Amino acid sequence: MGTTQVLFWFLSILAILGAILVVTSKNPVHSVLWLIVVFVAISGHYILLDAQFLAIVNLIVYAGAIMVLFLFVFMLMNLNSDTEPQKNRWLKIAGVVTGGALLLVLVAALKRADLKQQMATLGNGDIGLIKNLGLVLFHDYVVPFEISSVLFLSAMVGVVVIGKKAEEDKAPAPGPQRYGG
Amino acid sequence: MGVKLVMPINYYIFLAVALFCIGVAGVLTRRNAIIIFMCIELMLNAVNLLLVAFSKMHYHAMSAGNPNAGIDGQLFVFFIMVVAAAEVSVGLAVIVMMYRNTHSIDVNFLNRLKH
Repeated sequence: MGTTQVLFWFLSILAILGAILVVTSKNPVHSVLWLIVVFVAISGHYILLDAQFLAIVNLIVYAGAIMVLFLFVFMLMNLNSDTEPQKNRWLKIAGVVTGGALLLVLVAALKRADLKQQMATLGNGDIGLIKNLGLVLFHDYVVPFEISSVLFLSAMVGVVVIGKKAEEDKAPAPGPQRYGG
Repeated sequence: MGVKLVMPINYYIFLAVALFCIGVAGVLTRRNAIIIFMCIELMLNAVNLLLVAFSKMHYHAMSAGNPNAGIDGQLFVFFIMVVAAAEVSVGLAVIVMMYRNTHSIDVNFLNRLKH
């Protein structure tokens, strides 16, 4: 077993362990931290697969920006394990059984698939470099790229609208409370 | 590097399926809205990982004829990340609104949407 295989198994086990701990952690902040571990492991997989650009973007956008946003929201809401809502036990068991059944069906279906000869290349190939990705992005995928900018604009407008409505609803609230606390 | 390093695509498929199913189980078992959201992110990342693995599989099979074979898969991952970022911003705004109105992020409170 070469270094690549060892790294593959290490990153896979880290990812799955982190994912299980995301779901089972009682404290939501711990869940966020474990999710960051999962994202770092997946970025490691991207580097093994020579997708360097995606690895860095995954680290910056997911582990950097999105997870910080989640942590901010937790901080603003002042949540901890005491305020964590609990489902009853049977619903939890039913959820786990459903997820396990889906896993079973997918694995059983894919085990028979004739994919033994299909290999993913590691350690060579330039398609993950930003130069090649950028050339294809701005040649063949210009229209989706521009549409995604419209999507971002609408998301920005949507967030402002959703956030602003609450302020207007709150503004006519009783006066003394505005300066309270 | 003289010898070509390869990894069977099966391993990546089963890893991605496992991550995806853990995400599904998380969505079904948790009631904290933000944790449910994080499990959706987990599922998106499982799909991203599989797309990159398939992109390299296609590159392995086709790179003799086309040096850019399989690059589309990585661009799809890029677009999924773009959409996920927009989705997270709007979704967290909705969750913050919900917390302001109900002082809880228990998704069970949302069943009053039906009235």
